[in-house]
Amino acid sequence: MFTVLVRRAVRLVVVLVGVSLVTFAILQVSGDPVSLMMPEAPEADRAALRQSMGFNDPIPVQFARFVGNIARGDFGNSFFHREPALPLVLARMPTTLLLTVLAMALSLSIAIPVGIASAVRRNSTFDHAATLVVFLGTSMPVFWTGIMLILLFAVQLRVLPVSGWESWAALVLPGATLATFSTPLLLRIVRSSMLEVINLDYVRTARAKGVSEWFVICRHALTNAALPLVTVAGLQFGLLLGGAVITETVFAVPGVGRLIVGAIRQLDFPIVQAGVFVLALIVVMVNFAVDVLYIYLNPQIRVR
Amino acid sequence: MAIGTFAPPLDVPRGLARTAERSRIWRKFVRNPAALIGALILLVVIGAAVFAPYVAPHDPTRQSLIRRFTPPVWTQAGKAVHPLGTDQVGRDILSRMIHGARVSLIVGIFAVLVSLIVGVTLGLLSGFLQGRVDTAIMTVVDVTLSFPQLLLALAFVAALGPSLLTIIIVLGLTGWERYTRVVRAEVLALREKDFVEAARAIGASPTRTLLRHLLPNTFSSIIVMSTLQVAQAILQEAALSFLGVGTGSAYPTWGQMIALGRDFVSVAWWLPTFPGLAILLTVLAINLVGDRLRDALDPRVV
Repeated sequence: MFTVLVRRAVRLVVVLVGVSLVTFAILQVSGDPVSLMMPEAPEADRAALRQSMGFNDPIPVQFARFVGNIARGDFGNSFFHREPALPLVLARMPTTLLLTVLAMALSLSIAIPVGIASAVRRNSTFDHAATLVVFLGTSMPVFWTGIMLILLFAVQLRVLPVSGWESWAALVLPGATLATFSTPLLLRIVRSSMLEVINLDYVRTARAKGVSEWFVICRHALTNAALPLVTVAGLQFGLLLGGAVITETVFAVPGVGRLIVGAIRQLDFPIVQAGVFVLALIVVMVNFAVDVLYIYLNPQIRVR
Repeated sequence: MAIGTFAPPLDVPRGLARTAERSRIWRKFVRNPAALIGALILLVVIGAAVFAPYVAPHDPTRQSLIRRFTPPVWTQAGKAVHPLGTDQVGRDILSRMIHGARVSLIVGIFAVLVSLIVGVTLGLLSGFLQGRVDTAIMTVVDVTLSFPQLLLALAFVAALGPSLLTIIIVLGLTGWERYTRVVRAEVLALREKDFVEAARAIGASPTRTLLRHLLPNTFSSIIVMSTLQVAQAILQEAALSFLGVGTGSAYPTWGQMIALGRDFVSVAWWLPTFPGLAILLTVLAINLVGDRLRDALDPRVV
């Protein structure tokens, strides 16, 4: 088990280097960053700035410096806000995480019971209805779902605010929007992994022992169905953060996603790089945690 | 996922076995009403995209200030000339949606082609060569998986400058990793099979083994995956357009129509609603067809 953990940790470091390389590439492919920073300056000033910022150095040297700067938390100053990019991103992080966790919790609390019920009553009307909802949910563009919810609850019924993040009521629509995006995928996994274990011998044995149906499902079947769910929920996290970026834009939620989208429109690359890197870092960490949890949950690896 | 081989039994003529196989797949496919409905919707969307200039009732860019905010025909103020109403500058919504189908389908199909070429090649190499090549390729896959795909696409499309070609390439290059993982897993399972061993024994070169024996056996997964990926690419393109880094031209796209309609949602609900329904129906149709295709191509599902 220890060697497995070490191998995972090594891979974590390699992946992080790869992530920095991709983040670095964003600015590289954009052409000339200096002309974005000072569009009206004379060419001589731009050349001086280019030299002093090291844009004339060979790419590998620039990349090494970039990694060094990242390690110290320095992504450069925002072209637009004229202050360090990373703190701007980090200040908006709690909002995005709250939205994401809210949506994930909502998704799981729907996906697990509905998925179990679907698997237990396979091919029932309930199961077919759930499958239909899954298909609809995975086919809806998340920003459109958000706008339709605004139309219904904020414009027609006037029960919830259109946008913002000031009150608890304002969290409802963004959270629900993001949840409609992630619930169908999770529900599908819960259903299929439950179906896989529900007819196995040990579940039948548990039933034969006279254990109550409820206990059989929760204790025997669900614990074994949980493994794929944990992996998928981890992989989902990246998707969910991508969805959060859109949701924040639709509802004007002051999170990292909205900051990045705004920065992209202004070609403010330090913010874009810092935001993309931080979000990727979170995904990498969540996946690492999932790997470790997987090792812990899977006795086949644990006992080795 | 089908791990069956394409090699026919010895006593049946090759062509005949293929035909039988195809008709079996076709029968399994048409037995499902949902998939048939999906295929029909898809035909309508493809038809609209191909013949857009002929079937659209109006010029999608033509503005008319007296006709702005005309509601759909079935509402009280609706007019029959604009069945789905007009937008804030009086352009016909239905015509814009018909033209928008072109962008969605072009991006969906070509982005997936890019992903397919990159992903399948890397997957074949990874599974066949194993060792260091495999480790290197799988590390790249891990790195790609670490980014929210949409965010990465957003950053690179903006950095490269929005255009149709940029969107296709960026979506293609951010969405290939699924092909690599699936093809690699299949090749790993297949390479131990007897027919691969037999090919090697009669002196087939590694390239020939890879292209003539391993690759064809991954086709059914690739077809299913590609169908579902087209749906994903259409959603991603719509999201990019919505967030303002679209094709960079005035040509209508569904995502852009929703983005513009969003500001008028309280006065003209039809502006964002219909283009969204177009995306929903198209993606749903593709998903239904793809899902059924998976069962039809899987020899284990009767």
